[in-house]
Amino acid sequence: MAKEFKGRVVLAEDWSGEAIVSTVGVNTLATFQKSAMKNNPKEALCGDQNNPELYGRNLTGKALCLPQTIGSTTGGMVLQTACDMGIAPAAMLFSEHIDSLAAAGIILAAVWGKNQIIAIDCLGEEFLAYVKSGMRVQIDKDGTVRVEG
Amino acid sequence: MEYKMKLTDEEKAILQGSQGETMQKVMRTLVLYGDTFDAEKMVPLTHKASHLVTSFGLGMITPVYNIMDELIQAGIVTEEKFTMDPRPLDYENVKCNFIEKLVFNKFMYTKQDDYEAQLKKVGLKDDNAFSCTCYLEQVGNIPKKGDVISWAESSAVVYANSVLGARCNRNSALIELFGSIAGVVPYFGLLTDEGRKADWIIEVKTSKIPEAQVLGSAIGLKVMEDVPYIVGLDPYLGTEIDARAQAYLKDMGAATASNGAVGLFHVENLTPEAKEHGRALIKEGAQTFVVDDKVLEQTIAGYPIMWKDKEATPKLCFIGCPHLSLSQLDDWTAALTENLEKNGKSKVQVRTVLTSAPDVIEAFKKTENYRRLLQTGATLTSICPLMYMNNPIAGKKAVMTNSNKLRTYTMARYYTDAEVLERVCGKEGI
Repeated sequence: MAKEFKGRVVLAEDWSGEAIVSTVGVNTLATFQKSAMKNNPKEALCGDQNNPELYGRNLTGKALCLPQTIGSTTGGMVLQTACDMGIAPAAMLFSEHIDSLAAAGIILAAVWGKNQIIAIDCLGEEFLAYVKSGMRVQIDKDGTVRVEG
Repeated sequence: MEYKMKLTDEEKAILQGSQGETMQKVMRTLVLYGDTFDAEKMVPLTHKASHLVTSFGLGMITPVYNIMDELIQAGIVTEEKFTMDPRPLDYENVKCNFIEKLVFNKFMYTKQDDYEAQLKKVGLKDDNAFSCTCYLEQVGNIPKKGDVISWAESSAVVYANSVLGARCNRNSALIELFGSIAGVVPYFGLLTDEGRKADWIIEVKTSKIPEAQVLGSAIGLKVMEDVPYIVGLDPYLGTEIDARAQAYLKDMGAATASNGAVGLFHVENLTPEAKEHGRALIKEGAQTFVVDDKVLEQTIAGYPIMWKDKEATPKLCFIGCPHLSLSQLDDWTAALTENLEKNGKSKVQVRTVLTSAPDVIEAFKKTENYRRLLQTGATLTSICPLMYMNNPIAGKKAVMTNSNKLRTYTMARYYTDAEVLERVCGKEGI
C-alpha cells in the first residue's frame, strides 16, 4: 500500500526509484569524499563511519531520504561535484527544512552544471519514520512523494 | 527567472544580465539560495574580506575549476582580498615516502598549482593566507561584532558567529565566494536576530573542565544545526575571552560544527551576545541537555575505531585541527617537554606533527619555544591534516589525533590531550 506525503519543492521533476534512508543527519563530505576521489567512479559508496545506516551502501541514482545534511562547509561543493560526476543520488528527500549546505550543492549544480538533483524538503517526521531503504518512491513535480510499502 | 526576494534595482539589473552572463549566474545562485530559505532581501557585507574553504587542488573538483575560469574570463574579482583554508601538503615538514608522493602528485592534488593561480587572479590575499584560523590576531581576517560576512569553513564560521559576534550563515564552498563577489548575501538564518536565539540549553555539570573537543562533539551530535546556549562553562573559562578561552572555544566550536552542524553557540557570561543579552537569547520552549562526566564518556565510547589493527602502535600524531593558536603552541611545547623529561625520554616516541597558520608559525619562530619544540622531535607545519589523510595510504596508517574533526573525516583515532601526551612522550605501560 502506498502512503503519500506532501513536501516543499526545492527542485522537482517527476521521478520514481529506490529509496535509501538515513534517520540521522548525512555528513556530505564524509559520505562522498572517498568515492569521488576514485578515478572515474561509477557509484558513490557512503564513506561516513559515523552513519551505520548508510556506511558502505551505494547512493547513486537513488532517492536519499534524510532529515538534513551536516558537517563541513565543503558539503555543497562536494554534492555539486558528485552530481557533475554522475554519482549523486537522483533525489534528496528531506523530512526537515533543507539545510544551507545541501541547498547550495543542489543550486550550484542546477545553475552551473549539467546534471541536477531533485530536492523536496519539509516532508515531516512521519515520512522519515515510514520510508525504509529499498522501498520504491514516486516523486511528482508538485512535491508529492508516494512511498510504496 | 522567478524569485520571491525583494531585490534592489541594481540586483535586479545584474539578475537580468547587466554585468554579463557570469555575474548573472552569480546573482542567480545567491537569489535561489536566499529564496530557498525565504530570505526577504539581500544585505551588504560590512566586513568584505571573505574566507574560502576549498583550498585543495583535487583533480576531481572540475566544477570548481570551471567556475573559477569563468569568473577570471569575465574579469571578476572580489572587492577585498580573501583568506583560504590550509594547503594539503608540505613535503618539507610532513615527510612522505615515494609512493605517497606519487599518489598525492599524480592522482590527488594534481591541480594544486593551477588552482592557486586561479585563486590569486580572483582575490587571494597572499601566500600566507592558508589557514582555517583566519580570525587569529597574526592572520588578521577579523570581523567585528555585528559585521555581516560571507565565509565558509565550518570551524571559522562558528567561531566568527559565536566568539566574535559576527553574522554569517553556514555557507557552502563557492556560495561564500559569490557573496564576496556580489558584496551582498541573502538575509536569513544566523544573520537575523531571531535566527541567533538558542533552541537548546546545554548544562555543563562535569567534575572538571571538559575536553573541548569532546564537549563540542557531544553538543553537535545532540543539537545538530540548532543554536545551543551553554551554561556552566564560565567557572572554568572565566568571563573574558583571553587566549585560553579563545583556544577552548575554537576547538569546541570546530567539534560542534563537524560532529553536528552548529553555526553559532552562546556561552553564558562569556561570548559577546550572551554577555549582552543573557538568557533572553533562549527561545521559549528550548530543550535542555545536561552534559556530565557520563555523557562525555559515552560520547567517546561511541567513536568507531577505524584502524585495521585496533591494537596498533600509532605511527603518526596530528595536533592542531583546527590550526593551533600561538598560546596553544606554547602550551604544547611546555607539555611535550615536561612529559618527555618525566618519562626519561629526549624525543617524541611517535612522529608528531603540530599544525598552525603560516603567520602564527612566523610569530612562534621568533620565540624561544620554537627551539624547545624542535628539540622534542615534533615538527610544525601549516597543512590541513584532513587533506593529508585523505589518501588510501595515509588512511591505512595508525594515526592518532586530539581533533574530533579529523577523527570524523578520516581513519584517525581520537585521544584526549592527556592520552596524546602519554603516548607521544612514551609513558611506560601505554
